[in-house]
Amino acid sequence: MSQRQLKINGEDKTIDVPDNMPLLWVLRDVLGMTGTKFGCGIAQCGACTVHLDGRAVRSCQMPVSAVGNRAITTIEGIGKTVAGAKIQKAWLDEEVVQCGYCQSGQIMSASALLAATPKPDDADINAAMAGNICRCGTYVRIRAAIKRAAGTEQPT
Amino acid sequence: MSADNTIARQSRRAFIKGGVAGGFLLAFHVPVFGGVNEPNQSPDDTNGKFAPNAFIRIDKAGKTTLIMPQVEMGQGVYTSVAMILAEELDADYSQVALEHAPPNDKVYGNPVFGIQVTGNSNSIRAFWKPLRTAGASARAMLIQAAAKQWKVDPSSCAASDGKVMHGASKRTLSYGALADAASKETPPNEPPLKDPKDFKLIGKPQKRFDTPGKVDGSAVYGIDAMLPGMKFATIMASPVFGGKVSKVDDTAAKQLPGVQKVIVLDDMVAVVGEHFWAAKSGLDALKITWAHGANATVSNDAIWKHLREQSAKDGVVAKSAGDVKKAFESGEKFHAVYELPFLAHATMEPMNCTVQIKPDGGCEIWQGTQVISRVQQTVAQLLGVSDDKVIVHNHLIGGGFGRRLEPDMAIKAVRVAQHLDGEPVKVVWSREEDMQQDVYRPVYRDEISATMSDGKIAGWKYKVSGSSIIARWLPPAFQKGIDIDSVDCAVDQPYDVPNFEVQYVRVEPPAVPTGFWRGVGPNNNVFAIESFMDELAKKLNKDPIAFRKSMLDKGPRCKAVLDLVAQKSGWGQPLGKRIGRGVCLQPAFGSFIATVIEAEVDEQGEVQLRKITSAVDTGIVVNPDTVVAQLQGGLIFGLTAALYGEVTIDGGRVQQSNFHNYRMLRINQVPAIDVHLVQSGEAPGGIGETGATAGPPALRNAIFAATGIPLRRLPIDRDVLAGRKQPWA
Repeated sequence: MSQRQLKINGEDKTIDVPDNMPLLWVLRDVLGMTGTKFGCGIAQCGACTVHLDGRAVRSCQMPVSAVGNRAITTIEGIGKTVAGAKIQKAWLDEEVVQCGYCQSGQIMSASALLAATPKPDDADINAAMAGNICRCGTYVRIRAAIKRAAGTEQPT
Repeated sequence: MSADNTIARQSRRAFIKGGVAGGFLLAFHVPVFGGVNEPNQSPDDTNGKFAPNAFIRIDKAGKTTLIMPQVEMGQGVYTSVAMILAEELDADYSQVALEHAPPNDKVYGNPVFGIQVTGNSNSIRAFWKPLRTAGASARAMLIQAAAKQWKVDPSSCAASDGKVMHGASKRTLSYGALADAASKETPPNEPPLKDPKDFKLIGKPQKRFDTPGKVDGSAVYGIDAMLPGMKFATIMASPVFGGKVSKVDDTAAKQLPGVQKVIVLDDMVAVVGEHFWAAKSGLDALKITWAHGANATVSNDAIWKHLREQSAKDGVVAKSAGDVKKAFESGEKFHAVYELPFLAHATMEPMNCTVQIKPDGGCEIWQGTQVISRVQQTVAQLLGVSDDKVIVHNHLIGGGFGRRLEPDMAIKAVRVAQHLDGEPVKVVWSREEDMQQDVYRPVYRDEISATMSDGKIAGWKYKVSGSSIIARWLPPAFQKGIDIDSVDCAVDQPYDVPNFEVQYVRVEPPAVPTGFWRGVGPNNNVFAIESFMDELAKKLNKDPIAFRKSMLDKGPRCKAVLDLVAQKSGWGQPLGKRIGRGVCLQPAFGSFIATVIEAEVDEQGEVQLRKITSAVDTGIVVNPDTVVAQLQGGLIFGLTAALYGEVTIDGGRVQQSNFHNYRMLRINQVPAIDVHLVQSGEAPGGIGETGATAGPPALRNAIFAATGIPLRRLPIDRDVLAGRKQPWA
């Protein structure tokens, strides 16, 4: 246990938790930021995806002591980024969401992709998104929404 | 998107915000640090409102609240139900707010089951008429109230967008202004329903109510419930089904930071902590000795041996027509057996339930459930209190698929909460616990025989063997030894067969609990029937679609979707080596669907999906995009099972534990999925389950076309497809 500072969505938070506690549970159970979801606990499903300095990571396997000074962005804050806002809008325009439980993680992975690769092709989308499981099967629309956000969708 | 829709979306956000202030049930809520989610949700408050029935509330300011009898688990039902009510009510749709129904079987019970159930793709089918009538009745009362005030004939008035108008005098009154007066009107006996050609909402794509909160993290699922002073717990039940706790050494666990309590019950152990991580670390540090009991020797082989032996018996006849015995005395005979494995639900939101025991002996529960009244009643029974002492707050559901038709997660959480001092406790299962303490889609064995005459089926015998979920879950519906779910699409198969018999043999697997799984009984029936149809077509050297159509004289809707899917999928156009197209036809859940899958099988036996096309006649469509989305998602759900899904048992326990060994399809494996809707004026059909039913047989038949190998078990066996192993038969 030791006190530490985290910078989350631009705000400083002080917490006192075990060093090996995964960031996921700090966010959800200590800070009450429940938008980031628990799915598998072993980095197999992507529901817990957040950004550290803009890169997508699985927070269920990220000990809080390993975060260091990196800026944390979660689903609650991603709409303040240019790529995140575009992705969220495209998600609604394409009506991607069904149960929605995995979509926080999907949106975090897609936002990191779009920020790093403004015009992703199908291979880029596969590489960035294959770590995120959607049990409702919204994959077809996730692909379409990323292309819409990037302005690369095929006219229909 | 039109300007109108933009406005509608903004107002939905406004309603979400307003809902938090009013502390209502929908649980749309922006979590804040130390925040509290609707801890004291007020019961349905009709005071001072026009409340003509269980579904509609209009206050004096005109705020129209629609009560949702069915739960939202991704299938879009909140939006579809709101559309139906608002259509007949002529409400201002852009301003309606939604509330989830409280537990009350009498007024919100699903007409099909008599209790509150969201399942079996029947929300729209069951509530279509009641909701339309509720809306039309309220509209008629509002019109009567306005006409009285104006001293005119009600028939000279009309309603639209939350207002009553008198055309001749150009007067209007808002529903809010009429709320008081309308409350004094008598509901009409049989209010006239709109002619479908006058629908303004139904059939026109509407954006969903539940999605904005699901893209910004503000939607609150059961697992997100937060309460002041809440504790966190996780549990482990006996990994061997039916086993008991023998001994627990908690020395190491109790030394871990944040671990508060270890609770040892007869069949499970719970650790309570400051947060889930502490509870889980504590659970992992326990040394638990289990008394495995009688199931410790149950293996996969034993389960299949039992099913095969039991299925050899004669079953109960579920349906018969013509003279089957005579039909099998002549003609060429074909016979095949198909088998399907246990499956887990693996909803993305792991099982969870938050409970606070109250001083009066009752409790309050926060969770997402498909059976809110059953949760209430089962928990009340456990606590020995009356039902009204158990308050259940329903939530958005992070995947149901049938898993949340059970109350077990609430029971287990209450048993944990009983060992605390009245603090609320959120009990969250690990993924491993979720996968190993499921109720599993049963193993099934299907035996079909046919005899042919003049290229058509003259006789047909189909025996379904498997667990009866109905017998456990809804005992009054289990009559004469027949499980109506297990034989659903066996007795209602689409083809013209003059001599016909369906038998059912109930075989409960040793040790393993069974439950409903998306697509339910029809998954098994349609897989067997459609696989068998392709094998017959091949033996007769006929095109699979042409062969089916030759026996569909009495099924114009089936024929039409087959024609449409053939046209849209490029059926018959040449394909490369080891690539095939497969078809599946299913009249199921009141909908008629034909699906073609194009797939490639490589030399190593790996299967790649190339293209998926469905043609859907689901009668009158409420929200077209929802139908398309449900097909797309359902197909992926079913195909995931066909390609990977199998729960196996060893030593009386489930061998799979997480997504590394119970695999899911991922985005890189999924091709374009085109869904074509047929315009129809027929009554609405069900849609949520249908894709899950359609995917596996269409894929199996595509593999058959690509390789000539008739797979008769799922999931697909890559060793067989690569030629490393003989096909099972």
